[in-house]
Amino acid sequence: MQDRLKELQAEALEKVAAAADLKELNDIRVSYLGKKGPITEVLKGMGKLSAEERPMMGALANEVRDAISGQIEVKQQELEEAAVQKQLAAEQIDVTLPGRPVKTGSHHPLTSIIEEIEDLFIGMGYTVEEGPEVEKDYYNFEALNLPKGHPARDMQDSFYITEEILMRTHTSPVQARTMEKHQGKGPVRIICPGKVYRRDNDDATHSHQFMQIEGLVVDENVRMSDLKGTLQVFAKKMFGEDREIRLRPSFFPFTEPSVEMDISCKICGGSGCSVCKGTGWIEILGAGMVHPNVLEMAGYDSKKYTGFAFGMGPERIAMLKYGVDDIRHFYTNDVRFLKQFSVEE
Amino acid sequence: MLVSYKWLQDYIDLSGVSAEELAEKITKSGIEVEGVEKLNEGMSGIMVGHVLECEKHPNAEKLNKTLVDLGNGETVQIICGAANVGKGQKVAVATVGAVLPGNFKIKKAKLRGEESHGMICSLQELGIEGKLAPKEYAEGIYNFTPDTEIGQDALVALNRDDEILELGLTPNRADAMSMLGVAYEVGAILGKDIKLPNPQPETSSEQANDYINVTVEAKEDNPLYVAKVIKNVKVGPSPVWLQTRLMAAGIRPHNNVVDITNYILLEYGQPLHAFDYDKLGSKEILVRRAKDGEVIETLDDAKRTLSSEHLVITNGTEPVALAGVMGGANSEVGSDTTTVLLESAYFTGGAIRKASKDHGLRSEASSRYEKGVDPERVRPAAERAAELMIQLAGGELLGGVVEADSLEVKPAVVSTTLEKINKVLGTDLEMKQVEDIFARLKFETSVDNNTITVTVPTRRGDITIEEDLIEEVGRLFGYDNLPTTLPIGASTPGHLSEYQKKRRVVRRFMEGAGLYQAVTYSLTSAEKAAQYALDQREPVELAMPMSEDRSILRLSIVPQLLEVLKYNIARQNDSAAVYETGAVFLKNSNDDLPEEREHLAAAVTGLWESHPWQGEKKPVDFFVLKGIVEGLVAKLGLDNQLGFQKAVMEGMHPGRTAEILLNGNVIGFIGQVHPTMQKALDLKETYVFELSLKALLEAETAPLQYTAIPRFPSITRDIALVVEKEAAAGDLKKVITEAGGTLLKEVQVFDLYEGEKMEQGKKSLAFSLKYFDPEKTLTDEDIAKAHTKVLKALEEQAGAVLRG
Repeated sequence: MQDRLKELQAEALEKVAAAADLKELNDIRVSYLGKKGPITEVLKGMGKLSAEERPMMGALANEVRDAISGQIEVKQQELEEAAVQKQLAAEQIDVTLPGRPVKTGSHHPLTSIIEEIEDLFIGMGYTVEEGPEVEKDYYNFEALNLPKGHPARDMQDSFYITEEILMRTHTSPVQARTMEKHQGKGPVRIICPGKVYRRDNDDATHSHQFMQIEGLVVDENVRMSDLKGTLQVFAKKMFGEDREIRLRPSFFPFTEPSVEMDISCKICGGSGCSVCKGTGWIEILGAGMVHPNVLEMAGYDSKKYTGFAFGMGPERIAMLKYGVDDIRHFYTNDVRFLKQFSVEE
Repeated sequence: MLVSYKWLQDYIDLSGVSAEELAEKITKSGIEVEGVEKLNEGMSGIMVGHVLECEKHPNAEKLNKTLVDLGNGETVQIICGAANVGKGQKVAVATVGAVLPGNFKIKKAKLRGEESHGMICSLQELGIEGKLAPKEYAEGIYNFTPDTEIGQDALVALNRDDEILELGLTPNRADAMSMLGVAYEVGAILGKDIKLPNPQPETSSEQANDYINVTVEAKEDNPLYVAKVIKNVKVGPSPVWLQTRLMAAGIRPHNNVVDITNYILLEYGQPLHAFDYDKLGSKEILVRRAKDGEVIETLDDAKRTLSSEHLVITNGTEPVALAGVMGGANSEVGSDTTTVLLESAYFTGGAIRKASKDHGLRSEASSRYEKGVDPERVRPAAERAAELMIQLAGGELLGGVVEADSLEVKPAVVSTTLEKINKVLGTDLEMKQVEDIFARLKFETSVDNNTITVTVPTRRGDITIEEDLIEEVGRLFGYDNLPTTLPIGASTPGHLSEYQKKRRVVRRFMEGAGLYQAVTYSLTSAEKAAQYALDQREPVELAMPMSEDRSILRLSIVPQLLEVLKYNIARQNDSAAVYETGAVFLKNSNDDLPEEREHLAAAVTGLWESHPWQGEKKPVDFFVLKGIVEGLVAKLGLDNQLGFQKAVMEGMHPGRTAEILLNGNVIGFIGQVHPTMQKALDLKETYVFELSLKALLEAETAPLQYTAIPRFPSITRDIALVVEKEAAAGDLKKVITEAGGTLLKEVQVFDLYEGEKMEQGKKSLAFSLKYFDPEKTLTDEDIAKAHTKVLKALEEQAGAVLRG
C-alpha cells in the first residue's frame, strides 16, 4: 500500500510537470485527487490494516495528496503567467494612430470677451443687468440728456419702429432703467452687456447690429479718480499688466466731464505703428461722470450723488485682442472662424 | 477742422513746440488730433523758375520746348506737355534730382529727340488735390504771380512748408471750428497769451443805408443781420498766401471776394455771404421763412423747392440765398461784380439744420450754424472781411451801420465751489490753481470764500452748468495728474442672477455637446421672420428699414441658423453644428414695447461622429438632437417635467418632428427640416430645435437633495414585445411605468427590430426593467408579482405580447 502511494505520487508529479495547459492540469487534479481517484481507491483498503499502521498510512496518504496538489498549484501559476504573456503578446496596438475625437463646440468670441468683462467686474462688486433691445425713446435718449431735436442724436442714426419706440442704439438705457429702479438711492454698481443697433451699412468696420458693454457706479462720493482707478484695473486685467492708460477729454451728452480711454499699443509698445496709427495709443472706451440731468431724471439728488459710467464695444476689443480684421466675421459664423476661439485663454 | 500750424502762429507764439508736440498736448487736454500731415512730405528739389522761351516741340504736336531760368544762375531746357505753359510764366520746376510724391524721382531725359532737364509741375503733382486747386489750375501747370521771386523753393512759395493738424471735433466744441477758437484753446493749454486781429477798416463818406435796408421777419431764426456795402471792388485771384491757406484748410479758392468770406469763416468761425449788389434788383434785404413751394436756384446750379420750415434771404420779393446754407445763383459774385453786399448774420440752428438735411447740403457755413456760432463775432467778422476787401480787392467800404438786431447776448454766469471741484475730480486743488486755469482760458472769475463765479464768454456756448466748469478744470489740470483710486463706500456683493447663471450653464452644456455658439442678426426679412415661429404673433416692423432683408424683427432663430449652415456648407465644411441663445420679438400693442423672449435654438447638418480609421461615420439624426435636449433638461434638473409629442409643422419633415413639452406645455419643437427646404438651402439631412429658454430657465426645480445609495441589489428583467408598427415607445414605457408600481425604478428601451422576421405591420421593442426595494433584498416572488402586472397591462392596454 505504501509502495502504491509512492508510485502514484511519482506518476502524478510527472504528469503535472508535463501538463501543457490549464485544462490538462485540471484533469490531472480531478483524476488523482478526486473522490474517485486512485488515492481514494488505495485508502479504501485501510480497513485491512492494523490499528498501528492505520494512522501512519493516513499520514502518508495526506503527504502524497499535499505533494501533488502543491505541485499542481505551482504549475498552475506557471501556466497562468504564460497564458497572460501570450495574450499580451497578441494585444499589441499602434499607439501613434489618432485617438477618437471628442465632439466639442465653443463660445462665440464675443461671448468670451463679455463674460471675461462680466467676471472681472463681478469681482469688484458689480451685478449684471440687462434690458430690452427694443426700447422707448425716453430711456434710449431723453433720460440720458438727449431731448428730442438734440444735435447729438445725429451721431447715432437709429432704427425706429414707431415715433416713441426704436431699436436701442446703446446699452445706456439699461443704466437709466436701473437707476430708476433704485429710486434715488445708492450704491448702484452694474455692468450691462447686450446687443445694440444703428443705421449703418455693414462693411469691414461697421455693423448695423453689434454688442456693447457698459458700467455704472452711483453713490455718494463717487469721484473721477475712482473712474480712472477702475479703468486702470480693467485695462491691466484685460490687456496685460504692462499696459498704460490715458484719459483724454471727449463729449457724451450723458456724462460731464466726458473722457475717452486709450491704452498703450501692445504692438509697438508706444513708439507708434500702423495698428495705433502712429500715436502709440489705442482708443478703447468712452466714459465720464454721470451728467447731473441724468441723475435728476432718474430720481437722484445730484447735489448728494455722483456717479461714473463707461462703455465699450466687445467687437472692437476682440478685434484688437485677436487681430480680427473684419467685423462681419462675428456675424457670418463661419465655423472655421468660430473654431479658433475654442482655446481657453 | 484742419488747422495750419503756420497760420496758427499769427495768433500765438509756438516757438519751442513742434506740430507733433502741439498735437499731443491738444489731444490730452482738449480735442483729439486725429493726424498731423506734413504738406511737403516726400518732396524736394522743386524751385520757382521763369519760362524765358516756349515753342512747339519740333517732333511732337502736344509737347512744348521751354527754356527756364531757375534763378540760381542755371537756365535749362525742359520739355513740357501742359497746354497752358507759356513764355514769361513763373512756374514750379522739379529740377533734375527732385523727388515728387510717391517717391517719383526726376531724371534727365530725352523726349522725342529733345533733352529735358526737369519737369514743370501742376498743383496735383505737388500733392494738392485737384478739387482744391483753383479752377484755372485744375488742369495744366500752376502759374505764380509775376512778382514771385525765382530761385526760391516752390513749396515754400506755396506755403507747403506747413503741417496740418486734423482736429476731431465733438459736437460740444463748435468753438474750435475757427482759428481764433483754436488759438484760445492752445493758449489755455500752453498758458500763453494770444494776439487777435483788430480790424478797423476805413469808411467812405457815402452811407450804406442809402444803398440797402435790412428787415428781418423771422426774428427767432435770425436775431442779428449785419450788412456792409463795398463799392469799386476789382474781382480777381486772391494773393498766394490766401489761396494756399484756403487750400490747406480744404477749401477751393475762387476769387478774392469769395475767398475773403471763406477766409473769415475759417478765422472767426462766422459764415459770411457776398452778394453782387447790382444783381440784387432792389435796395432791400428781407429775411423770412420760405413759402411752401417757393423755388431757389443755388450756387451749385441746382433748383431747390422750399417749404416754410426753411429760412431765406430775399430782395424783398425773390429769394437770393438759402440762409446759412448756400447763396443763390441770381446774385452770385462774378468777375464783373463791382459792388458787394456783405452779409454777416447770426442764424439759430433749427431752420439751418432742417434746410441742410432736406436738401442734402452740408456746407462749411451750415455745419457751423447748426452747432452754434459766437454772437459776439458777427460784427468783428464783418469788419475784418471789409478790411480785407479794401486791402485785397481795392474796395471802398460805405459808412454807417445797417443791421437788424433783436439779439440779446447774455454770457452765462456759472458758479461752483472748490469743495465740489475736488469732490467730483478726487483732487486736492487749491483755489489759486482753479483761478489760474480759468485765467488761461481767458474766462473772467470772481472768488468769494470757496465759491468761484465764472463769466463764460459767448464763444464757449457749451459751458452752462457747474459740471462744465469742473470739466474745464479737470482737463487743463490734466487727467494724467488725477489720483488713481477705487470707489469707497458700502461694499456690494457682485454676482450673476440665477437666470444668468443658468444661461451660462446652458451655453457650456451646448458647447460640451459639440455645438458652436453663433450670433446672428435680429433683423430679418418678412419671409424669414414668419418661418418656424413658436408663437405666430404679428411681427415687429421697422418704420424705415435700410433693406427688405433687414426690415423685421425675428420671431424665431432657426431660419438664421439655417443660413449659417448654408453659408458653411457652401464653403466646403462637410458638416456644421451651431446653437444660439437670443431674443425673439413678439408684438404687443403699438404703444407698448414688444415682448422679448429669450430662445435657445440649434441646427446640425452632416456627420455627427466620424472616426474614419475605425470605420465609424454617423450622420446626425433626430435622436442626436433629442439626446442633447434631454441632457440639457436633465442638467437643469427638469428631466421629470420633459416630454415629446409628435407634431406637424410647416417647414419640418412631417414624420420626424415633435413638440417639446415642459410640464405638459409646449415650449419648443425639434425635428428634421423639410426636404424641400433642405433642397432650397443646398443642405443634406438637417435637424433643428428651438425652445423658449425663458420657460426652461424660469421653471421651478426641486432643491438638490441627497438620496441614499441603495444597500440592496436590484434585479433586472428584460422583455421583448411584439407591437403594431405605429406603436410609440414612449406610450409603452408609460404603461410599463404605471403598472410596475413602486418597485420598478427604471425602464429603458434596449432594442428595436423591424426586420423581415416580423409579421407584416408589426415590430419588436425590447425593454429592460430594473426593480429594487431600498428596504430589503427582493425575492423572486416580489418581482413576479410586479412583473406580471406589467405584462398584463401591456397586453390589455397596448396589445403588446411577449415575443416568442
